[in-house]
Amino acid sequence: MTSTADKKLSVRFDEAGFEQLLERRIDPVWITEARKEAWAAFESMDWPNPRDENWMRSDLRAFKLDRYQPIDESVVQSVPGAPIRLLEGVDVGGSIRSENGMVTFESLDEKFAAKGVVFGSLSRCARDHAELVKKHLHSQIDTRSDRFAALQAAMWTDGYFLYVPKNVVIDKPLHIHAAMADGSVDLTHTLIVLEEGAEATVLFESSSDSDAAGGFHCGGLELVVNQRSNLRFVALQDWGGGTWHFAHQRAKVGQDANLQWTIAAMGSRFAQVDQQVALVGTGANSHVNGVMFTRDRQHLTYNTIQRHAAQHCKSDFLYKAVLQDRSRTVWRGMIKVDAGADKTDGYQRNDNLLLSDNARADSIPGLEILADDVRCTHGSTSGRVDEELIFYAQSRGFTRVEAVRMIVTGFFQQIFDRITIESVREALGAAIARQVRQYE
Amino acid sequence: MSHILRIENLHVAVEGKAILRGVNLEMKFGETHALMGPNGSGKSTLGLAIAGHPNYEITAGTISLDGEDITEWEADQRARAGIFMAFQRPVAIPGVKTADFLRHAATNVRRPDRKEGEDLIPMREFRKELKSKMEQLKIDSEFARRYVNDGFSGGEMKRAEILTMAMLSPKFSILDETDSGLDADAVKLASASIAEIGRDKMGLLIITHHDKLLEHNPPQFTHVMLGGRIVETGGAELARELHDHGYERIRKTYPDAEAANQEMLGKEEAVAV
Repeated sequence: MTSTADKKLSVRFDEAGFEQLLERRIDPVWITEARKEAWAAFESMDWPNPRDENWMRSDLRAFKLDRYQPIDESVVQSVPGAPIRLLEGVDVGGSIRSENGMVTFESLDEKFAAKGVVFGSLSRCARDHAELVKKHLHSQIDTRSDRFAALQAAMWTDGYFLYVPKNVVIDKPLHIHAAMADGSVDLTHTLIVLEEGAEATVLFESSSDSDAAGGFHCGGLELVVNQRSNLRFVALQDWGGGTWHFAHQRAKVGQDANLQWTIAAMGSRFAQVDQQVALVGTGANSHVNGVMFTRDRQHLTYNTIQRHAAQHCKSDFLYKAVLQDRSRTVWRGMIKVDAGADKTDGYQRNDNLLLSDNARADSIPGLEILADDVRCTHGSTSGRVDEELIFYAQSRGFTRVEAVRMIVTGFFQQIFDRITIESVREALGAAIARQVRQYE
Repeated sequence: MSHILRIENLHVAVEGKAILRGVNLEMKFGETHALMGPNGSGKSTLGLAIAGHPNYEITAGTISLDGEDITEWEADQRARAGIFMAFQRPVAIPGVKTADFLRHAATNVRRPDRKEGEDLIPMREFRKELKSKMEQLKIDSEFARRYVNDGFSGGEMKRAEILTMAMLSPKFSILDETDSGLDADAVKLASASIAEIGRDKMGLLIITHHDKLLEHNPPQFTHVMLGGRIVETGGAELARELHDHGYERIRKTYPDAEAANQEMLGKEEAVAV
């Protein structure tokens, strides 16, 4: 039972909640100003219109922001029990852990710190490395694009900042773990900046303290991959089955730079992710791998844009989804080629495997090409798992569930073949195998 | 070893249409049986029903292995009990390497009580065994790394099926037209391979139209199927006769079965349209 007194004390995502957040925090003035601006935008906007192309297949009716409370930064957060999956057999060069959106642990090998690498809490770095953070924070995400982007920009609590100076190579993966307790919130922001010629691998994972945990994640992610730099970014989203997951994710890839971005979306009840990679320098290259594996009534939406703003750039997006139960995925792919971005090589593909008659996968590929000399290809497939494959495997001694698990793993193999980090392949393979249900 | 696979009065329907109409067949471990018959007579249906295909509904009769009734068993239970079928057109499983597939299959078949998630045969041990079997069957070692039947030629598929049989060492093997789509040399190789792997080491039921596949595998028994029944059983000479002279004599001798066969063919065509 909630008493009247408790209700009075409880803080919400409202004007009072925002004012209290500003009071509690020790932010530089420029951040406070940016927060106020974003809050004003949030207040002036409505929730996404279901007629809006990006939201028309998303049902937000069950989402109630009032059910969640902002985190009190003055209280140390602790979320024991949220699983970590990407660390098995990995020798990391640094790690950050956040709990309910507040960084509670940060470390970086001395040898990298000595070379000027910065890796740690975004709130702290915004104070200690103000110029670096200020230049890039929310520089790619339009905080007015929707109410979630505005709320995140106004009320982000903490996050993760990586800065790799010119020509510095980080030869060990860095690990970030975002943990969230059942019913809590995570309003974090990830900002990664690689200067010219730098190299890094970042393993990012999010998880809840129980399989069915609810919660509200409203996040932002910005990757700045400057010329000739090389970033491998792996994100495993494994929030609890009752969690609402909203995110705006942007990457900017410079001249002759490489971005390999792998996304595995396993968790949450509802996800709406806007992902965009902008190729802004001649010869920029991006490789995006998406793995979605859904169950129950999960509903995951990925709106992806691969934007070619310079010549001789290559983008290659491959998304594969396996759906169980009554789950649903929506994938929108858009290759946008700016005028003058000649010699563009754009590829996008989405394949879906349905393990249940009640699952549904929507695949909406698209092209918008304003340049003349380009090569863009796209395609998608969706289909039920073939019973003949299951019988064939059963006739070789596989149980039905083993057969389905093997077929699912095989379906994802094409993506695994593109992932260059062995431990990630193994961790994702194990995570997928764990989710395959017993089928009759 | 003495094992017996016994099929009694087997009636099988596919999508409600009767195909097998009372098949009786008994095979002992170490025997080679040839199963012949014109198109649409029910040969593959018998094989698939024994293997446990879920679409092949057994409406009457029983299949038993060493006295145990396996009629209602799932396909994987039958495989673990020692039943194997080399398919005429095995399906491709993209993304799954042949070696990984066979390792899992061999583990399950050799340890029928293995629980899901328990360890597989150690990788090193398995690779060694697979390599030697592949050498024995003159299969390129690169085969193991390819995805199961994915992009295989007709000949490669059939050899992969024989390799699978070699790795699973079943008690009874049904080889469904392992010679179809192969050129003369490939049939010869398949015939020799089957003999090498299977002869005297299991019971073989070889479904074929020709006697070439039987060259190295002289059958003790030849069964002729027509209209969903085995109408005649003889020795190796019967297989030769059918190969040389076709099914005219059989069709004339068993007009009822021939009528049933024509009826089934008609249905098949109607479905195909």
